[in-house]
Amino acid sequence: MQYLLLIYMDERLMANVTPEDGQKMSAEYGVFTQGIIQNGNFKAGDRLKPTSTATTVRVKDGKTLATDGPFAETREALGGYYLIEAKDLDEAVGIAARIPAAQHGCVEVRPIWMMS
Amino acid sequence: MRGSAALEEVFRRHAAEALATLIRLVGDFDLAEEGLQEAFAAAATAWAREVPANPRAWLIQVGRRRALDAIRRRARFRVRQETLAAEAQIDRQAVEAEPDEAEAAFGEDDLLRLIFTCCHPALSLEAQVALTLRTVGSLPTAAVARAFLVAEETMAQRLVRAKAKIRAAGIPYRTPPPEALDARIEGVLAVVYLVFTEGYAGDPKRTLAGEAIELGRRLNALLPGRGPIMGLLALMLLHDARRPARLDGAGDVVLLEDQDRSLWNRAQIDEGLALVEPALTAARPPSSYAVQAAIAALHARATSAAQTDWPQIVGLYAVLMRIHPSPVIELNHAAALAMTDGPAAALARVDALAARGGLAGYEILPAVRADLLRRLGRDAEAAAAYRDALALARHEPERRLFRRRLGALGA
Repeated sequence: MQYLLLIYMDERLMANVTPEDGQKMSAEYGVFTQGIIQNGNFKAGDRLKPTSTATTVRVKDGKTLATDGPFAETREALGGYYLIEAKDLDEAVGIAARIPAAQHGCVEVRPIWMMS
Repeated sequence: MRGSAALEEVFRRHAAEALATLIRLVGDFDLAEEGLQEAFAAAATAWAREVPANPRAWLIQVGRRRALDAIRRRARFRVRQETLAAEAQIDRQAVEAEPDEAEAAFGEDDLLRLIFTCCHPALSLEAQVALTLRTVGSLPTAAVARAFLVAEETMAQRLVRAKAKIRAAGIPYRTPPPEALDARIEGVLAVVYLVFTEGYAGDPKRTLAGEAIELGRRLNALLPGRGPIMGLLALMLLHDARRPARLDGAGDVVLLEDQDRSLWNRAQIDEGLALVEPALTAARPPSSYAVQAAIAALHARATSAAQTDWPQIVGLYAVLMRIHPSPVIELNHAAALAMTDGPAAALARVDALAARGGLAGYEILPAVRADLLRRLGRDAEAAAAYRDALALARHEPERRLFRRRLGALGA
């Protein structure tokens, strides 16, 4: 099965990261990503720019409305994702738990709706 | 075969095992349940003259065939994309090969697979409880709904959603690997204990408490020698053994100190007592269930409230506070302390606990306070505390107990 792992974290925390901590974090993600590539679980994954760069789009009565935001009501905002292939939910949860952000933020595990 | 009652009994005895194996064979809860239902219906006529030598194997074989028929039927009427995708997978697994005898045979592993899947942490606790009672306990949906005071339709929806999540999220049908086993057992025991406490407090027919004990016995047989399982089973057996003495003829609560101990279920006490020692020594430190069972065992062994080994009970609560601190344990610790150090010392503990606000809304806290105040002769404060307890009590027998106590205080 395929799962999307949505990584949520505190953006303010991320904004105030020291260069050393930033390097350490990048190294941790590097190790994690290499690991799931080698195990054949990795399909895709990216870090996202913060919600201050986001634009929300709606179409109402045929008109496109693009607005600033969203502004997260909670502290934690979507900050990145991995798309993985896993045998079952237990394997997906095991992989999600190894994402560095799971230590301070959280990871939502969503099965992909496969169209066949 | 003598009538439908005897047939019911055979079904009930084999339902969980047959279902557990069928789910493994057809790869889907709903299909397996459907197949088993049809197998039961077929058995009602086929077994009228003679029950087969191995009823469970018969049910599995017929149930599997009926489930495959259902897959083929559904394949012709596929409407929704969602079911199509799910069934494409089921089709492959189920039709691929006729299972050989060994594969089709019930293994104890299947029941464990079923239990661990129903109690998977990715399901909500209420869904875990509902699924466990429905599939492992073989309780009809209506009975599960009644026990939890919700409409049958609500409970049916809860079960549908839980099974849909198992399918859609890919919750595996298996016993967890050794490194995850202890943590997952904790989850299963939390479900069993919830079923038990719900049954203990609010279910006069004791369907739920009985189911919980039966689940505990099954778990203990499937995973022998494990401290938390033995501990919880012992705890439930020892508590439930007092049930015949817990309510008087008028349905009023009789407190432990006033209970007629000759009414206690001795057989169940013996079964529980035999588990306490092995439960305590199976793991270091002992599980909190095992320590709670040891406390229940001291009550069970005492011939009267006065004869109870209170110092040891206080000591065990202190152990419990170290390994598994909680406000409820702290309250029980304080109540036991009243028996060794007197009501004033206990009251100081209870008031300190209440001041921290840990147990707001829990009726036992004001009830314990009231009892201590009464014993200290502070009647007006005791009456006020009983009124607090009365306002919070959820069950009628408890409310009557608090009203009686108020009456005795002349308030």
